[in-house]
Amino acid sequence: MTLRFRDDDPHEEPAVTLDCFLTQEDAHAVRVEAGEDVRQLIPHFDRLKLVEIAFPRFRDGRGYSAACILRESGYTGELRAEGDVLVDQILFLRRCGFDSFAPVQPLDARLVEHALKRFPFVYQAAADAAVPVWKLRHG
Amino acid sequence: MYKYDLYDQAIIDARVDEFRDQVRRRIAGEITEDQFKPLRLKNGLYLQLHAYMLRVAIPYGTLSSRQLRMLARIARTYDRGYGHFTTRQNIQYHWIKLEQAPDILAELATVEMHAIQTSGESIRNISADHYAGAAADEIEDPRPWAELLRQATTFHPEFSYLPRKFKIAVTASPVDRAALRWHDFALRIVRDEARDTGFEVFAGGGMGRTPFLAYPIRAFLPAEQIFSYLQAVLRVWNRHARRDNIHKQRMKILVHELGEAEFTRQVEEEFGHVLKLGTDFPRVEYERISAHFAPPPFETGLSEDIDRSDPEFALWVDRQTVPHKAPGYAIVNVSLKKVGGIGGDVSAEQMDAVADVAEAFSFDELRVSHAQNLVLPHVRKQDLYMVWQALDAAGLADINLDLVTDIIACPGLDYCSLANARSIPVAQKIATRFADLDRQLDVGELKIKVSGCINACGHHHAGHIGILGVDRKGTENYQLLLGGSGAEDASPAKITGPGFDEDGIVDAVERAVERYRALRDPGERFLDTYRRVGFEPFKEAIYG
Repeated sequence: MTLRFRDDDPHEEPAVTLDCFLTQEDAHAVRVEAGEDVRQLIPHFDRLKLVEIAFPRFRDGRGYSAACILRESGYTGELRAEGDVLVDQILFLRRCGFDSFAPVQPLDARLVEHALKRFPFVYQAAADAAVPVWKLRHG
Repeated sequence: MYKYDLYDQAIIDARVDEFRDQVRRRIAGEITEDQFKPLRLKNGLYLQLHAYMLRVAIPYGTLSSRQLRMLARIARTYDRGYGHFTTRQNIQYHWIKLEQAPDILAELATVEMHAIQTSGESIRNISADHYAGAAADEIEDPRPWAELLRQATTFHPEFSYLPRKFKIAVTASPVDRAALRWHDFALRIVRDEARDTGFEVFAGGGMGRTPFLAYPIRAFLPAEQIFSYLQAVLRVWNRHARRDNIHKQRMKILVHELGEAEFTRQVEEEFGHVLKLGTDFPRVEYERISAHFAPPPFETGLSEDIDRSDPEFALWVDRQTVPHKAPGYAIVNVSLKKVGGIGGDVSAEQMDAVADVAEAFSFDELRVSHAQNLVLPHVRKQDLYMVWQALDAAGLADINLDLVTDIIACPGLDYCSLANARSIPVAQKIATRFADLDRQLDVGELKIKVSGCINACGHHHAGHIGILGVDRKGTENYQLLLGGSGAEDASPAKITGPGFDEDGIVDAVERAVERYRALRDPGERFLDTYRRVGFEPFKEAIYG
């Protein structure tokens, strides 16, 4: 089950590998394995609707940087975390720009809600809309 | 000292709430130990041989007396009446119950303390010169930058699941008291020709099983770009480090494998991207933080005279105090290295006693040094005798700063599940062998560092004399290393040859020390003599 934080309709086309996506000009959805370079996607944002980033183990943090790079580079489509995605990482994943989640084990909706609301402030700007406290302090 | 505002307080209060819920879910079996482990490590909670260990952050080693009294209270209420100051200027408690850990964090939060990112694959508590704000030789106080980086790196969403731990140090003096080049990322405050503040940046250092000194990656980085630059370094490492072998995931390995030039090129390229995002904290925020570190109201016109009529006191003054930047003041080092004791260990009663002294005589401020001692940073010279008496009454007036008995030792096999050998008894036996103060003073500066396994928590790579405990066919065996340094003349120590048993290593240390005494030129430290004459004369003395 996919948990989505987007208002648009889900893009149902199956995601293809990064190699395939780069050569198939009609592909709109890509799956990126941990360690693959998402900067290769930057020239193709106009046709990209869904990026699925693999989390083979929840402790593998490469996907966080991949997501940040995509958002910084202007990608606005769906960004999905797939795999070993757990509730205790969901806040950081959201802050890095993930807006959909396809966890192997289903997430408890109540815990997700708590996790996303728990911290009232953040210290640093990221890919989400949260305003860092230095900005709140100085108006 | 930095004081939390409502934002800082709300963030650490939320953290306590989060961890309480995580512990509850773990105890209820809703999450597995594998899932829980990184969560507890990010809150400083290790599982050791006999119990949980909780490591509490002491940012850049600075404490108020109120905070130290809370640390004493935690020792009394939740542990066995003592705590252990660490080589990263933190404190850890070794007999903690999991279900009480959230209550401890809640108590810490009432005095603006926490255990955030003191362990695990995260950006660790940032260390700094323990004489910061007091040292006569510093360019400026490095702690405002350390606090700015503390905030910037706390719960950083992109860098909370790093390949391994990541350690940062900041200093502002030509003399290195923070072991800069043994860090993943190290900053030394410098000024350019226009007198603007910047950082000399080092990257890729670390101890562990493969020691590397950090190399200079940037001669001058404008200070206000530091967060962008740090994020660029972290991103290069986070994206490209190996993830298949925990022993090869520290940043030092990536730097080594890519080569310094290629690593630097990638960092600079990434820095170009990150800088444009505008995530650096603005000048006005640095100024807000910096105001918290304004010098205390030092008195002027104070006497420089110290009544040295008590010979014990005079010896203590000569060894344990160092020059302060303000006339009439001194920096006092409080030894936690009693001969025969456990280095870095302090009882709750002693913590309270030192807190009282700091409150009365040091503008309510204390420091923890990476050598596991305490510092009273701002003491009037005219008060030194009273300070000495108060410390002596608490059993804390030992005289051995940087001497042969001022030994750094990791907890070792007495506590740690990673250790191969005990460290504490070896340190105790060496200290006992050299207990005579005249002999210690004659030997002079000699930094001995003992680790109970190759993870090197006792910094044996950086010891003038290093000792590494290993497991050799089921018995504890100790290897001797010579020539390391964690100071501005940093160097990795070199293994001398076959190891020794517990008594044998004490004898070997003594033979090395005696060879130094025979070979030294006037004024030479052990390390200087070793560097001048080389390895062979020592090897011959040790192995005969």
